[in-house]
Amino acid sequence: MSRSKVNREIDAELRSHIELRIEDNLAAGMSAEDARRDALLRFGNLTSTKEHVAGADTALTLDSIWSDLCYACRQLWKNPGFACTAILVLTLGMCASIAIFAFVDAVLISPLPYQVPSRLAGLFESTPLGPRFHLSYLDYLDWKRQNKVFSSVEAYDSISFALKTATETQRVEGATVSAGFFRTLGVAPIVGRDFGVGEDTPSAPRTVIVSYAAWQSRFGKRQDLLGQTVTLNGEPSVIIGVLPQDFHFALTGQTEFWTALSESSDPKNRGNHGLSAIARLKDGITWEAASSDMRSIAQQLAKQYPDSDEGRGATVLPLTEVLVGSLRPVLLLLLCGAVLLLLIACVNVSGLLLVRSENRRHEIAIRGALGASRMRLLRQFVTEGVMLAATGSLLGVCAACGAIHLLKLLMPVNMLMDMPYLKGLGLNLHVMGFAVAIGLAMANLFSLTPILRLSLADLRTGLTEGGRSSSRTVWSHLGANLVALELSAAMVLLVGAGLLGKSFYRLMHADIGFQTDHLASMRLLAPLSRYAKDEQQVALARHVMDETNHLPGVQSVAIAHQIPVANVAGGNTTFEVIGRPQHGSEDESSSRNVSVDYFSTVRARLVRGRYFSEGDDVSKPRVTIVNRSFTRKYFAGEDPIGRQIRYDATTPAIEIVGIVDDLKEGPLDEEVQPVLYTPFNQEPDNAFFLVARTAQEPQELLKSLEATVHRIDPEILTFNAETMEDRINHSQSTYLHRSSACLVGGFAAIALLLGVVGLYGLIAYSVSQRTREIGVRIAMGAQRSSVYKLILKEAGRLAAIGILAGLICSVVTASLMRKILFGTQPWDAGTLAGVALVLSISALLASYIPAHRAASVNPVEALRAE
Amino acid sequence: MAKNDLQGTLDLLVLKTLSQMGELHGYGIVVHIQRASDDLLRVEEGSLYPALHRMEQRRWIASEWALTNTNRRAKYYKLTSVGRQQLQDAEKNFEYLVKGVRAILSYA
Repeated sequence: MSRSKVNREIDAELRSHIELRIEDNLAAGMSAEDARRDALLRFGNLTSTKEHVAGADTALTLDSIWSDLCYACRQLWKNPGFACTAILVLTLGMCASIAIFAFVDAVLISPLPYQVPSRLAGLFESTPLGPRFHLSYLDYLDWKRQNKVFSSVEAYDSISFALKTATETQRVEGATVSAGFFRTLGVAPIVGRDFGVGEDTPSAPRTVIVSYAAWQSRFGKRQDLLGQTVTLNGEPSVIIGVLPQDFHFALTGQTEFWTALSESSDPKNRGNHGLSAIARLKDGITWEAASSDMRSIAQQLAKQYPDSDEGRGATVLPLTEVLVGSLRPVLLLLLCGAVLLLLIACVNVSGLLLVRSENRRHEIAIRGALGASRMRLLRQFVTEGVMLAATGSLLGVCAACGAIHLLKLLMPVNMLMDMPYLKGLGLNLHVMGFAVAIGLAMANLFSLTPILRLSLADLRTGLTEGGRSSSRTVWSHLGANLVALELSAAMVLLVGAGLLGKSFYRLMHADIGFQTDHLASMRLLAPLSRYAKDEQQVALARHVMDETNHLPGVQSVAIAHQIPVANVAGGNTTFEVIGRPQHGSEDESSSRNVSVDYFSTVRARLVRGRYFSEGDDVSKPRVTIVNRSFTRKYFAGEDPIGRQIRYDATTPAIEIVGIVDDLKEGPLDEEVQPVLYTPFNQEPDNAFFLVARTAQEPQELLKSLEATVHRIDPEILTFNAETMEDRINHSQSTYLHRSSACLVGGFAAIALLLGVVGLYGLIAYSVSQRTREIGVRIAMGAQRSSVYKLILKEAGRLAAIGILAGLICSVVTASLMRKILFGTQPWDAGTLAGVALVLSISALLASYIPAHRAASVNPVEALRAE
Repeated sequence: MAKNDLQGTLDLLVLKTLSQMGELHGYGIVVHIQRASDDLLRVEEGSLYPALHRMEQRRWIASEWALTNTNRRAKYYKLTSVGRQQLQDAEKNFEYLVKGVRAILSYA
């Protein structure tokens, strides 16, 4: 049944009712005119009754909702300025918050792909330097045996293997794990078997489990791969299994080959700390209980083996904390920023809706007078609000899709590999749920905002313009509050962006102790089978340096066991100062073996003493150079030059011959730890970095560095060839600081724009409503300047409230983000003042335009217009 | 003159009217209720027609267009079997309601 037919029927029925009454009235002796009047009077409002009758029809209700939708569309279409602004603003807000939420979901919310991941723990040794250090094989065995809180404790270590293929030797990412590692995670191979108990002892035959990716790319997914042999680090290993496709373990990176723990297990040396560990908490055991149990074991070990374990404790952390703990504050900050932006966007659109409902009073009043029920009028607003929210959400989701993709592209590849949980990044169920929730909240907000402004009384008085003034004050009041809220939110975001930007600037311009330009570096790994002896390693290093030195443009070349700006400083060693009584806990420091020219190549600054010389080799007494932090920590108020240290009672004494300025060995945003530099010639290694300073662009040198090394020995693995500047730019700390500064900066810019537009809108509206008043003022002889003052005072008051409230909120917010600031205080006066100034100027500009318009009102026209 | 304030009373009045009078148009219902109640009850057209429409949707009553004695087209309503059942229920409910209200009013 079509709507028009139903309407015609209703119409006919109601008319026949009136006609019947007229007939009766005539029969009762009334005059024709009286009869008609009485019938109509008794019947009441015909249109309204018709609406009510149609409202009782469900089919018609659906139909009327459709017509409401069409009407809402037409309304938006008729006001393209309003519609586009509102939808664009909402899309921006939605896009930002959904994209950031997708990251939060992938990193913080989605559970790890292991069995009951909440019971998995990461175990570390704590040392006087900090809570998270590697543990030694023997300590691991003791922990595993003595603990009462874990159902299993498993060790792992990520290493690079030299894989011998048919044509060459390749470097592949690998890990070595104890036998129960995969069972503890709750992961089983999809082909073949897991490591058996006891297979992780050095005497057991070598076995290896390959990742799904390696199975696919290196073995063509062949089913007969089990039992085949691969040569890793020169030793044949039998393949016994393939891991599931979606398995990943972030702490070992993109691992292709998993061997049973043997490379890193040293059953003699308790002081050799190189392992990490995971454990599964027994049912019913709390994290506190686990921590205290592990601490007491560590204390007992420290007593039992004071040489190696003195001062060492144990750290138990949930595995999720280990994996994503450092990202949490940054992500939460970004999410807060995005949500704040969304809030501003919503407030802005609500403001626009208020202005619109104000301007539509007349239309509403007419529709009401024509018989539209109150319910129907309200439904119209709800429909429009829902439509706005829906369109904004839909476009926001699409934009977020693109934004997520873009953010993923902007991430350095090696960082993505370190964060396999980002694989699941995208519009999954969680993210869509979040989007729908925001959409619904917005729909509610946008439907309620205009409805709040439309009381029944308004509908009656709407036709008479007299009712305007009171409602106008209410609106300006509400609108003004909204704008002040918007400005203060923008202020918070701007301050956040300012602080993060300053942090990033400080980070990039922090003194890292050497000259980063024109430096190229590359890591080398020589096969132990042919470079096992110290002399071989020293000779190789010398050969490599000689050859590289002859490359065009190379000014100097050096070798170092580790180079600065690593994601983890690491490489720790314990030592004692000879001639000083041991004071309970042991001294600990990072150690680096470097070649003679290292400090001059990277251009580090010598504070006192001397650099290494060619004479410092195995035949001479051991020497070391320490950094400033070392001096500060262990020789406060003393002169360390000439003093002697040793690793322990069994090793020779080492004389301190020089002090260098701190080189940033670890992440840029962390304090430099004490470092001992020893001559490479006295403590050589088969793995080291080659560092070259060039006259031209270091980028050009990278290829020839690799070629040179392979000319010397094709079996030497080379990797991570990069310039020092790239290394710094791609480091995790740089990326986190840069991306958070950029994103929050972007949010802040949009927030500033929205806030200023909101203020402009409010003032412009107020001016348009006061045209007559201003006209009268001018006609009465008011100066134009006093009109300016009138309008600017109103704007200034709002801006001042917004900025003041924003100032307080931003100091609070900033102190919450202290953790991720670098070299910047949360209450940085410069930033606060700068942001306040920017906002004030923007607010002034935004209100100047309407003020100018007000001051140029022609009094005659203003009065005539009314 | 009493207004139909009690929820659902209008439905009851209409159903009862139709059960007594057979077929009737909207105007006829208004007139009947007014007369039968000795002018005590007056049904407002503004609420009668939505109610009729709603009851028709619930299949309590059925309608068809027919001619009045004065040869005018009008929509006539009559009770369906569902409507008869509904009337019984509504009457019972109303009796309870009246009894209850009276008991409260006469409580000493």
